[in-house]
Parts: sequence; C-alpha cells; structure tokens
Amino acid sequence: MSVSLRVLDDGAWVSVNDSRQVSVSELWRLDAPEFCSCTVPDFVVENFQSVGVDGRTITANVYGQCIQCGETGVPGWIPVGRLKNGEYVDLDRENVVLPAHDGHEN
Amino acid sequence: MPTDVERWKSEVYGNEIREHLFEFAEEGWDSIPEDERDAWFERFKWWGLYHQRSGQESYFMLRIGTPNGRLDPGQLRVVGEVAKEYATGPGTNPIFGDAYADITTRQAIQLHWIKLEDVPDLFEKLEANGLTAQQACGDSWRNIVGNPMAGNDAEEIIDAWPVIKELNETFKGDDDHSNLPRKWKVSVAGSADGSGQGDINDLALEPAYKEIDGERTVGFNVRVGGGLARNEPRHARDIDVWVAPEDAAAVSGGLSALFRDHGDRENRYNARIKFLVDEWGTEKVREVLQEDYVDFELETAGEDVRDQYTYNAGGDGRNDLVGIHKQKDGKNFVGLNVLVGRMGADDVLELADLAEKYGSGAARLTQRQNIIIPDVPDEELDEFLSEDLLDHYSPDPSPFMRGSVACTGTEFCSLSIVETKNRQVRFARWLKENVELPEGIDQFHIHLSGCTASCAQPQIADVSLRGMKTRKNGDPVEALDIGLGGGLGEEPQFARWVTQRVPVDEVPGAIKNLLASFEELREGDETFRDFIQRHDDDELADLVEPEETSYEDPMMHNTKRTWYPYAEEDSLDAGPAPTHADGTPITSDD
Ligand code: HEM
Ligand code: SF4
Ligand SMILES: [Zn+2]
Repeated sequence: MSVSLRVLDDGAWVSVNDSRQVSVSELWRLDAPEFCSCTVPDFVVENFQSVGVDGRTITANVYGQCIQCGETGVPGWIPVGRLKNGEYVDLDRENVVLPAHDGHEN
Repeated sequence: MPTDVERWKSEVYGNEIREHLFEFAEEGWDSIPEDERDAWFERFKWWGLYHQRSGQESYFMLRIGTPNGRLDPGQLRVVGEVAKEYATGPGTNPIFGDAYADITTRQAIQLHWIKLEDVPDLFEKLEANGLTAQQACGDSWRNIVGNPMAGNDAEEIIDAWPVIKELNETFKGDDDHSNLPRKWKVSVAGSADGSGQGDINDLALEPAYKEIDGERTVGFNVRVGGGLARNEPRHARDIDVWVAPEDAAAVSGGLSALFRDHGDRENRYNARIKFLVDEWGTEKVREVLQEDYVDFELETAGEDVRDQYTYNAGGDGRNDLVGIHKQKDGKNFVGLNVLVGRMGADDVLELADLAEKYGSGAARLTQRQNIIIPDVPDEELDEFLSEDLLDHYSPDPSPFMRGSVACTGTEFCSLSIVETKNRQVRFARWLKENVELPEGIDQFHIHLSGCTASCAQPQIADVSLRGMKTRKNGDPVEALDIGLGGGLGEEPQFARWVTQRVPVDEVPGAIKNLLASFEELREGDETFRDFIQRHDDDELADLVEPEETSYEDPMMHNTKRTWYPYAEEDSLDAGPAPTHADGTPITSDD
C-alpha cells in the first residue's frame, strides 16, 4: 500500500493522497520535554517542514512556537494521523497530548 | 533529491500549463484526477490561480499582474466587470459584500471565489483588454513594481516606465526564465522618493547618476536579495553595478538567469536569491554576473539619491501617494485611500466612470494598496473632489485609515493564522474614533499580516502586527505579535518585535497606550521612528501595555477552523465546497 505524502504551499499544509489533511494555525499540546521548559508545551503550528510515516502513523516535522514561554523551533516528529486500511484518519490533534519523537527519515 | 514541486515543474510548466488548464475548465473541476491535484494546483499558480484554503475547495484566488500598477484607460472598468461577474462565491463578507477586488502590496489585483470553469471566458475578457494573470504567482518573474506615476511624476529624475515595459515584455512568457527556483520580484523606479520600495525585492533598480564618457547620465544602481518572508527579512544588497536604461534588460535577465542556475532547488525554504546573496556575498554575485551572464563590461555603482527617499520612511515628505500631486504635464494625480486595499465591484465601476469623467480613464495602483486617478486638470479638481464616492475613498483620510495595510488572512489563505483585512478595518475605525496622534504627526502606518510570509509587509511599518495565537482565560484566541519602528528611506530598518502574542481584542488598547507614551516622552518634534529607535526592546515592551477597551472583536475564535469566517453556519464541513461551476455542491454520488 503506497501513500503519497507531501507538504504544500510553502509549508501551509500536509497533503495525504492528494487531499489536504493538516493545516497550519492549529494549537497542539505536546509531550516534548526537550523543546522548552513547559510541562506540556502549548504549540502553535506555523509551518510544516516535512511529513513522514512511522509504521501506520503519519508524522510531521513542524516549525512553531510555544505560547506559554515563547520558545520557537522544531520540536521533532509529531503524530498527526493514522492509516487505516489505506485510508487516512485524523487524530484529534487539538484535544490530546501529542508525543514528539526524534528523527526518522523516509 | 529534487522536491515534488521541482519534479512537477520539470514535467509541465510555464506557458504550456495553459492548454491543460483550459481542458480542465472545459470538463469541470471533477476532471482533475484526484492523484494529480497537488501537482496541477502548484502549476496553475503560474497562470495566476491559487487554490483557496481548506473548506473552499474548487474555488481559486486569481491574481492579475498590472506592471507598475498601471491601468490604461478602460482597464479599471474591466477589473470591476470581471469582479462583479466572476468573483462571487458562497460566502458574503460583512464589510465588503459579495464581489470585490483587492489591490495588493505589489500593485496587482486579486479576485476570490473564482471557478475553474470560468477561467477561459475570464482570460479572454482580460486579454482582449490588455490584462493578464500570466506569471502572477509561481516560480518566475512576478509583477514588476515601481512608482506607478512613472513618466508623469513631477518628482522623477528618470522615466522608469520604458524599462518596466521592456522587462515585462521580455520576461513574461520567456521560456528561459519561466522556471526559476522560486519567485523573482523586481522593482524599477525613477523617482527620488523611494516609492519603488526596491529594498524589499529580489532585484531592485534604483535611480542613480553616473559619469559616462564625460557626461552625467541617469540610469540605475542595482541591488539584489531583498525580501521579508519567514522571519528572515533582508534588505536588497548593493552589488556595485550601475546600468544604463538600454542595458537594464540584459543585466536583469543576467541576474534572473544566475538565480535560475545557482538558486537552491533542493530546498524551497532556502531558494530565494536573498539566501544565495547571504552565501556568496555581493562581490561574488557581481563576479559571476560579469563572467557568465553579461557580455559587456559592467559599470560600477553610480551616485544614488537615497538621501531623498521619503516613501514609507516615517519622516517629512511624501510617505505615500495619497492626496493631490502635480504631474509633469501640469495636470494632477489624485491618490485615493482604499482601506486595506479592498474595493467592492460596484465601487470599482463607479470609480472607472469618474476616472473617465475627470481624468483620462487611466488608474494606478500603489504598494500601499491604494488607487490613483491621474490626469485630472486643475479646473476639474474641485468637482472631482466633491463626488460622494470620495467620501469613502478619500484623498485626505484619517492617518489611521491612510496607514492601514493588511493581507488576505484566514478568509482565504492557507498559511494564515488569524483574520486580517476585516480586523484591520475594525482597528482603524476604532483608532480613528478613540485616539489622537501627537502634534504634527499626520502619518502612522500599521500593517497586519496573518503569518510570517509577510504579504502585508509588516516589518516596514510604524506598528507591525503579525498573526499568532494565545490563550485567554484558558481558551485559545487569535493574537498578534507587535513590532515597532520599521520603515524604508535612506537607511531602511525592519521592525523590532517587542511584544508577543497579544490577544487581538487588546491590540487597539496597546496602540493607544503606546501613542500616549510617545506623546508624553517625545523629545521635541521627533518622529515616531526616531522615538522607537532611542529605546531598547525592554523599554518598548513596557510602553506597549496591551489592554481591553471598548473595542470588541467578534473574531477571537479560530477563524481558520471555519469554511468561511463570516458564514452563519461556519464549521469546516458546513460549507458547500467543492462545487460545480454553478455553485451547487459536488456530492459523492455525482
Ligand atoms: C491566498 C493568498 C496568498 C498566499 C497563499 C500567499 C503566499 C505567500 C507566501 C508563501 C509568501 C512567502 C514567500 C516566500 O517564502 O518567499 C508570500 C510573500 C509575500 N506575498 Fe503573498 N500570498 C497571498 C496573498 C498575497 C497578498 C494579498 C499580497 C499583497 C497584498 C501578497 C504579496 C506578498 C508580498 C509583498 C510578500 C512579501 C514577502 C517577501 O517579499 O518575501 N501575497 N506570500
Ligand atoms: S501574510 Fe500569510 S496570511 Fe497573509 S496573505 Fe500572506 S501567506 Fe496569507
Ligand atoms: Zn514552553
């Protein structure tokens, strides 16, 4: 099962199988102890740098900012959705805590 | 590895996109194979079409490039007519209505809610009237900017229009320059006021004198690598080249070819020539240009007139082109304020009538999102100024109206974080009612951009506003970063971002408090920009003081999470998109 993943319009959104799935301007709560000193960084998504897949999880490398402390940067790979029978299923990104992981390239 | 965009461009790009575009238009939105949509939308940009954001699928923004912001007699009417006929969609804007045209900070025109199926008729009408959307977006020569009154501005030292015209005719549709690593923004100006805003363009030709064969000759100094986007603002840098008007196309084409061959195609974020200039330095840029891209000896830079620049500089003299100004031929050009650059289609048509009645029918667009009616004789001036339409599009507006610039924002734009144009209108109206500027200050520029792409050029304003988010009482709300003290002029400066993430409803209060501090602490008659400059960031952060006031913001919530922020039922899936040509929703069993 091949899936087409890309970042488009200068980092505005993530496309999965030619359909816009994740957009900048969302506010995520992260489990990202290395990113800033906040217990649960409150992270505004400003720009998608790249998108990848880890097993059946779609992950994105994003630039943004923690609105509690102001730290900016790329906190690592963040899960944004899952593949289920080849179909993309959104995570409830704005209501769960998303774990950041170090790089996996693909 | 080449990026997807580079791969798509290597397959089909430039002029040839048009026939595919027309085929899809013929067969309807649905005929674009799903797995080719990303590729085609990227390519359509080259023909001025930008797919609108999520929730608005099948609708496009169309950008019409008007070189130097120049609309010949009759063309303003065409803009009004196409806006009225084609730029309507399922959403109605509470301030601007159903059909409107946007004047952009690069002297172009943007229409929204365009249906793919209408593109052939729309293009035919534009092209029959000398207008085009070709290369208005995409990786190529974009709309060339400058002083829109070129040729007839009493303050100019050289007429830049023949050069702009030649560059536009040479590089629009030229296959050798149609696929660059990234956009290529050019400014050419001949006025001594700095109204070309060359400093923030990839390539700037600025008026300069040079001794050639014993004669003082007027031509242009060349600067390269300016731009504002992505937290990486740069001023265009002096590469020590002066060029005569007749060689401007050779040097400009040489530089865009240099960019074509040496720009970064592996990483779009690093692609703009500003990064190549960072990497190479100006001496190497000049050297490579000389050795590989031009076949005559380049002159060294001439004597510029930057010390006379006033445009958007925050001091005395012409900070914009609003108001009544003398032309070379003795007639007048009348700059009218268009708040945040947006005009209802009916207003455009009415203004086209007035332009014919009092002027020549021509119009001009400025980089401060305003419109100029040129060629008004002295004896017609009073009657023109007493027209009702000019109450709204005023040649003498409140400084807060006059100084407002705003980008597209969450209404249509994928990259946006906050609502922009309507918000800036609300800000300007509130400030006009509630805030006095200190004695002698009659210019105050506030630019609002919905994200770091900086389409509203926030870094070169007195007060720079940039979209962000924050929490207020625990709830996520739209917020703005506040920057201060930016401007152009002889020594351009970018704003310093002194206060971050101010909830949008506290921003007017912050500006009010800042202006009160300015009045109190001002030394003599110093300008706002000088005042900002003599304070450090911490001092300035103290002066900003965000505060709730009588200003109320109805768009505090996440306006991006709507299909259209102003719809009654605004949730992302409540909108009709994607739709057929006639606007009815395309359903899955279609
Ligand atoms: C659908 C709406 C729009 C989209 C998606 C869009 C996209 C962008 C992007 C991605 C950039 C950053 C360029 C870069 O990274 O090099 C940018 C910059 C810019 N755009 Fe837009 N834009 C839109 C509307 C506008 C409007 C309305 C204007 C004029 C009012 C405009 C004029 C500019 C200018 C002046 C910049 C300045 C930054 C620079 O010079 O580097 N764009 N735009
Ligand atoms: S500045 Fe950002 S939000 Fe505004 S139009 Fe440009 S890309 Fe869109
Ligand atoms: Zn933090």
